[in-house]
Amino acid sequence: MAQTATLPTVGQELPEFVRDTGFQHWNRYAAVNDEFIDIHMDDDAGKAAGYPTAFGMGNLTWAYLHLALHEWFGEEARISHAEVQYRSAVTRGTQLHIKGIVTAVRPGEVDVDVWAENSEGTRLAPGSATVHLAGS
Amino acid sequence: MSEETYISDEMRAIVGKPFNEAVSFPVSRSDIRRWAIAVYYPEVPPRLYWDEDYAKASVYGGIVAPEDFNPFAWASASPGMTTRRAGFNADYLETTFGIQGPGLKTNLNAGSVTDYGSRMRPGDVISTSAHVLSYTEKSGRMGRMLITIIRTTWTNQSGEMVKQTNQTAIRY
Repeated sequence: MAQTATLPTVGQELPEFVRDTGFQHWNRYAAVNDEFIDIHMDDDAGKAAGYPTAFGMGNLTWAYLHLALHEWFGEEARISHAEVQYRSAVTRGTQLHIKGIVTAVRPGEVDVDVWAENSEGTRLAPGSATVHLAGS
Repeated sequence: MSEETYISDEMRAIVGKPFNEAVSFPVSRSDIRRWAIAVYYPEVPPRLYWDEDYAKASVYGGIVAPEDFNPFAWASASPGMTTRRAGFNADYLETTFGIQGPGLKTNLNAGSVTDYGSRMRPGDVISTSAHVLSYTEKSGRMGRMLITIIRTTWTNQSGEMVKQTNQTAIRY
């Protein structure tokens, strides 16, 4: 697993983590989280909720933010705090780009802004996290 | 329901009262493995989530679950199996308390704030309890919306906090 080889620095941009989205992803997530809700399964239900298509689970975007944090800081890094706002729906076919920037560094611990944006650069789900680095 | 507010006196009265109290079945390796496959799709998930020999050499000394793993997804040991239903009741919270909800059609997950404690591992039995922190309203592009913040706390069989989440739901 890729991870930062040296201590992070404030302002450091973290390599983006990309996921395509659609029923292949959402159905697998529904199968493990028992999240079979019309808005995630049916374009008409997504339209009725005010969006152009069905849209993905916020919980899955949440999972992707965690995956990215471990991609950046290693699988043994410990996420102690994470938060996110789901500002726009992840509609079917959206390519999600999970990006991050280091906002604070303390001994053995970093704060990051982490967010999901679409290919047009619109932030769909801004968030932040605190991560304890492995070995610290 | 009042024209001026979605928040009834009955709804105000449930703020702070526990609900959704449940105890999970013991977490299994298979539960963790399948969860990791789903969230890492289409990639192969890290060995930490499915290879016991590999995981033993990690700082965790064995397999752990991804932080976002949900041991209550399909069923719980307590209160036990319930009937499955198609669709989603946007008033599920008020229905749980036996009161009338606002009757709105859409309920969206608007965000989460989570503090994590102990990692979940195979064999863990997780307990959960939730309560409403607040009901508020605001106007958005879909008109008047009801904002509900629910705090959920999970603990493991040793009484250690696994996570505490404040989740915001928007109904319209």
